[in-house]
Amino acid sequence: MSLSTREVAKVAVLARLRLSPEELETFTGQLNAIVDYVAQLQEPDTSGVEPLAHGVEVRNVFRDDARGPSLPREAALANAPKRNEESFLVPAVLD
Amino acid sequence: MNADLLKDATAASLLAKLNAGEIRSEELVRAYLDRAEALKRLNVFVHLDPERALDQARAVDADRAAGRPVGPLAGVPVAIKDVLCVDGEPTTCGSRMLKDFRPPYDATAIVRLRRAGAILFGKTNMDEFAMGSSTENSAYGPTLNPWDEARIPGGSSGGSAAAVAADLAPVSLGTDTGGSIRQPAAVCGVVGLKPTYGRVSRYGLIAFASSLDQIGPFSHDLADAALVLQAISGRDDRDATSVDRPVPDYLATLDRKPESLRIGVAREFFGEGLDPEVEAAVREAVRVYEKAGATIKDVSLPNSKYGVPAYYIVAPAECSSNLSRYDGTIFGHRAEDWSPKYPGEEELHPLVRMMMASRAEGFGAEVKRRIMLGTFCLSAGYADQYYNQALKVRRLIRNDFDAAFRDVDVILGPTSPSPAFKLGERTADPLAMYLSDIYTITANLAGIPGLSVPCGLTKSGLPIGLQLLAPAFAEENLLRTARVFERETDWNRKRPALA
Repeated sequence: MSLSTREVAKVAVLARLRLSPEELETFTGQLNAIVDYVAQLQEPDTSGVEPLAHGVEVRNVFRDDARGPSLPREAALANAPKRNEESFLVPAVLD
Repeated sequence: MNADLLKDATAASLLAKLNAGEIRSEELVRAYLDRAEALKRLNVFVHLDPERALDQARAVDADRAAGRPVGPLAGVPVAIKDVLCVDGEPTTCGSRMLKDFRPPYDATAIVRLRRAGAILFGKTNMDEFAMGSSTENSAYGPTLNPWDEARIPGGSSGGSAAAVAADLAPVSLGTDTGGSIRQPAAVCGVVGLKPTYGRVSRYGLIAFASSLDQIGPFSHDLADAALVLQAISGRDDRDATSVDRPVPDYLATLDRKPESLRIGVAREFFGEGLDPEVEAAVREAVRVYEKAGATIKDVSLPNSKYGVPAYYIVAPAECSSNLSRYDGTIFGHRAEDWSPKYPGEEELHPLVRMMMASRAEGFGAEVKRRIMLGTFCLSAGYADQYYNQALKVRRLIRNDFDAAFRDVDVILGPTSPSPAFKLGERTADPLAMYLSDIYTITANLAGIPGLSVPCGLTKSGLPIGLQLLAPAFAEENLLRTARVFERETDWNRKRPALA
């Protein structure tokens, strides 16, 4: 298959990445090369094969729903790019 | 005097001197700090706070002087890959995105190192978000290979591998998602161990591909690898995938010859693209094992050729999800200006543009490429064809190992298809870079442990690594099997000639 720059631009918005027109060109070429390369995954017979999400199979782990110490607000906010006393600040979400 | 102290040093040899009272940890840390200053050009550390290291050393010295009990790594410096959270210390992941990030807590592996008395000695350079095989994807410039400064140290844990190779720390921690401990260990001539998935808690390890990532040690020899592995292993309530199994005393059993020494040689690990000098060194290692009484058997891992393509679906898919947290809101870089710049952006909400601009500025090219690839593979209409198919092939790869390990205890092969390549040689071609991990990647997909030990030098003096793979949770036998080779050879005692 071949991805067009239009399709790659759509993926970039889904991925929340701003790409310059030059980057879009480069990535389209490189993504197509990688997608062509991974096409060989269609070769082996995988009928009846269960997908494997973890190499070492993991099971659900339960614990009591007990309250423990949590991160103090100041520590949680310390790395914020923009904040006030008690919250993270972002551009207005509602117009 | 300081230089002599570090000559041929290992964690074990330094511990012996510390415990005998011949040296103090403060003195040792000062010697390593001096060396770090003298070898700054290698660009091993992205962050090294002398006062913090010295404070820890003085605290351990005080405990020893007062006769208080000390941990198994008391006073020994350990360099830390900059992907592991250390409370209050810069943790950048090799990225502009996290340039000013200071985590509010320690990773569990760090908590355990502290408990063992280790001195946290700097944060080491790495490929951005652990994506790469050369450390050239770091936003802070590449690390140089101590054996040849025109060459890459491997990656993504290139800084941690070079730290040990250049005697900038006796041991270090790295992480391995597709070979990022074993491949740099091989090309830097040190030991690197990737434990079984779930052996070491990933809490506080900045996630790249959560079903593949695992923390492990770099060292000069297997005794030090055993020592560090023991310190960081074990169940952790904060990582639900960490496994509740007892942690063996890896060091105590290291010198016992394995009860069963059946070694599998997988023909798929000797394919096209393997450097002839690497192949010769690995074939020689097979002879060393034969002489030591091992049974050598041919094994086949027919689906291993699909390892790299399966990995380059699974890992980017997981990364595209994990890295969505870097959006300029809670932590990390935020762009100053997100007004529409390119065609079509006027239609996007300002909040979306803020995220897109922040991520565009914060991430480097390889990270963007993998986020794009992963987003594509998981997008509507493609998930079944790509992601689910990759997971099915992943099971075939694991089934191959399960079958092979019915006949052998350990599988042997080269770690990396070539010795260290030149800086810049593969940066323009992502696929060529991805093939650096062709022999290491299947262990991550299957979740099994693997290690690389030095097994030779090329004619031009570049290190070669031997990879050994074992069934899940067979680290004890893996270390003992590798120790058989180490005892018969002296490759692990070679050091680069650094001026």
